Amino acid sequence: MTEDMGLAQLSLLIVYLSMAIITMAMVSFAISLAGTRTSKLAARDRVPALVGSVGETEPATAPDSELVSEVPKGRRAANVGMSLTWLAFAMLLVAVVMRGIWAGRVPWGNMYEFSITSALGVLGAFLIFSLFREIRWLGIYVTTVVLLTLGLAVKVLYTEAAQLVPALKSYWLLIHVSAAVICGGAFTIAAGITIAYLIQDRRLRRTPEGAEPPASRLPSAERLELLNYKILTFAFPLWTFAVVSGAIWAESAWGRYWGWDPKETWAFITWVIYAAYLHARTTAGWRGRRAAWISLVGFLAFLINYFGVNLFVQGLHSYKGF
Amino acid sequence: MSDLASDLSTQPVAPPPLGTKGFFRWAWRQLTSMRTALILLVILAIASIPGSVLPQQGLDPVRVNEWIVNNPTSGPILKRFGFFDVYASPWFAAIYLLLFISLIGCILPRSFAHARVLRAKPPVAPRNLTRLPRSTEVSSEQSADMVIDSAERVFRAKRWRVRRGEDEGGQWIAAEKGYWRETGNLVFHIALIILLIGVGYGSLWGWKGNVIVVSGKGFSDTLTQYDVWGGGRLVSATDLPPFSFTLTDFTADFERGEAQRGAARFFEGKLTVRDTPGAVPYDTTIGVNEPLSVDGAKVFLVGHGYAPHVIVRDTTGSVVFDDTVPFLPQDGSFTSTGVVKVPDATPQIGIQGLFLPTAALDAVLGPHSTFPAPDDPALFMSAWVGDLGLNSGKTQSVYRLDTTQMNLIGRKALRPGETWDLPEGLGSVEFVGFTRWASLQIAHDPGQGIALVAVTFAIFGLLLSLFVKRRRMWVRARPTETGSTVVAAGLARGDDERLESLVNDVATAAASGWRKG
Ligand code: HEM
Repeated sequence: MTEDMGLAQLSLLIVYLSMAIITMAMVSFAISLAGTRTSKLAARDRVPALVGSVGETEPATAPDSELVSEVPKGRRAANVGMSLTWLAFAMLLVAVVMRGIWAGRVPWGNMYEFSITSALGVLGAFLIFSLFREIRWLGIYVTTVVLLTLGLAVKVLYTEAAQLVPALKSYWLLIHVSAAVICGGAFTIAAGITIAYLIQDRRLRRTPEGAEPPASRLPSAERLELLNYKILTFAFPLWTFAVVSGAIWAESAWGRYWGWDPKETWAFITWVIYAAYLHARTTAGWRGRRAAWISLVGFLAFLINYFGVNLFVQGLHSYKGF
Repeated sequence: MSDLASDLSTQPVAPPPLGTKGFFRWAWRQLTSMRTALILLVILAIASIPGSVLPQQGLDPVRVNEWIVNNPTSGPILKRFGFFDVYASPWFAAIYLLLFISLIGCILPRSFAHARVLRAKPPVAPRNLTRLPRSTEVSSEQSADMVIDSAERVFRAKRWRVRRGEDEGGQWIAAEKGYWRETGNLVFHIALIILLIGVGYGSLWGWKGNVIVVSGKGFSDTLTQYDVWGGGRLVSATDLPPFSFTLTDFTADFERGEAQRGAARFFEGKLTVRDTPGAVPYDTTIGVNEPLSVDGAKVFLVGHGYAPHVIVRDTTGSVVFDDTVPFLPQDGSFTSTGVVKVPDATPQIGIQGLFLPTAALDAVLGPHSTFPAPDDPALFMSAWVGDLGLNSGKTQSVYRLDTTQMNLIGRKALRPGETWDLPEGLGSVEFVGFTRWASLQIAHDPGQGIALVAVTFAIFGLLLSLFVKRRRMWVRARPTETGSTVVAAGLARGDDERLESLVNDVATAAASGWRKG
């Protein structure tokens, strides 16, 4: 392996560069938030109202004028942040692909590779979602999370690991891990939105009755709640699929589809908590704040599964020590 | 208002009524309420945690014992309450059984209700449509009749179920769509029940055994051949399918690069299989992720190791032992230990051995292996003579030597092909060479197919449940001097961002005499 480190080195270099770009994006997003003076960053959907399906009417596109005229500075910074984020995403994608080419397999053989791929997943989820919704305000959160993940990857988890252990050689690995990485991205974005929701909700509850709620740079609590739900309705079936494909793979590798290995257990816990969130959302008295907390606990379970189990618990899934 | 808008769970929690019958009805309603399902789900998640933190009997019994020894106060208490076997403990079962009872209690009435809805027509238009959360009013130059006709064309083009009528408020049309949402939701929840049935069925009628097979040797599927075997409550030994196979060859490859040096890279076993005792044998291979399916059972490769080939001769020089003996790996470099027992020698001979695929001697570690592949193999031995204790009636492990009635007569390290003449003319030990063994797990899980079908349905049901929109719409048209006034209104289950624009679209389309194409 040592004779051919070139590609791996280059991949690592690009990861470092993308970290620099993400840092710049983070600063831009911070400036954008600081520069938003108005209370009406209404954050309307940029998608036209999806009409025309019935009847031949013109789509009733919502005018964005209040944003454009009132907050040019913050907007520009946010746009710069988005462009930088796209750039960082592209670079990280190249880095991950190069790593895979160098290793001659999918780049998911160890914690370092998982981490850079997950960072890619989070950025990808954010960017794709940003095509449909105005969520640039979430940029500061996304860039922070990605920077932390990448920092951990290059500083703590970096390895020059070579091949996969035989149990990981399966096309189910490809399917299972891609699904899990996409879910990871979606869960991370959803958690950011939930935190924003809880902030907005608190602000509302502190507002005396009848008074106007104080100015805010975030979308309304109602919007955030719906956004969180939308993302989780996408992520929950995919997570279900990720768990099932993991079970199918486990069956072929270890001779049983479910064995309550710690990783399997936490995947199950994560699934059950998000199911509880979906129920809470349709249960009187639980919708809103309580449901939001449940979804955050779901994310916590996901993180425990991702970091805690790999690094601290003994089990078939521990990749530690490579 | 309609049942679409009223949430299933919005009824306030009433106190239990007096009287037994009333009480049971109240209790049942509580158990099958959405809030209970929610709480049970949260409890299920919490209850799963200890099993991932504490060592579990099924996964690692050795660590369970260690844990109990190290924690003499809490250990036995936790053991008593099943914390070392959480997922088989009664309290864990109680939680998921309650959840599933709640689920059944919830699904049954919903299924009946949904079956009725599927056959029913859309509900009559409410008198005052503008009171619905989403409604709009436009005026049209067309007659009320034409407006409703247009509305019907719009709905039919989009495959809504429609119903027309007329009352004092004028003509109306009701339309409904998205029945798959509830269907999908029911399919999802029913699939969960079937999944549980599949899992339970598999654990009652399934079985699983482990066996070590040395390369060149055979195995036939009977209970006595297994090293370990466990079956569900309803399985008996006669249920085992009568296949057999020979492990003709086994290869393993290891990482030689610096990173992850010694990590396993590739395993493969070659097998000659007979489905039934008289059947024609066929060749096949088995690998990690590539189990062999034979007669309802599956053979998985779960481990491998080395089996030194040893020949022992007695005082007269005649062969008393000639076989390959599986040695168990003790570390990642396959430093392996094993025992050769020679009951046919007089006195009996026992050898404790250390097989090293790549031998190294170290002042601290002693003899050990530095790499898992057989680059420089050696067999380190301690020879004992005396009574092996095989007739004591106690069952002995083939991997342990009972030296209580034996004397150590010497130690020696051999390379393949070398022979050691035992001291005092007690015979000789020849290290001929070595072969490999494969550790196989053979399992039969009849519930697996059920579980797989169930989860497939669950996922598709879930997608329908989450992405299909259930909507109702009404259009009323009242004649005016210039044409008619059109009121359209809609109602959706759950959040529906598009409903408002849909209502507007339908109103406009109906008012302007929409037709296809
Ligand atoms: C075994 C554990 C269960 C799991 C994993 C589960 C999961 C789910 C999921 C993922 C949804 C979709 C949520 C949505 O449409 O937004 C859902 C909906 C629903 N569940 Fe469950 N569920 C379980 C048990 C139950 C039980 C016991 C009940 C009855 C009390 C129940 C009643 C419902 C209802 C009524 C809905 C429809 C909610 C709606 O869309 O309005 N579930 N469930």
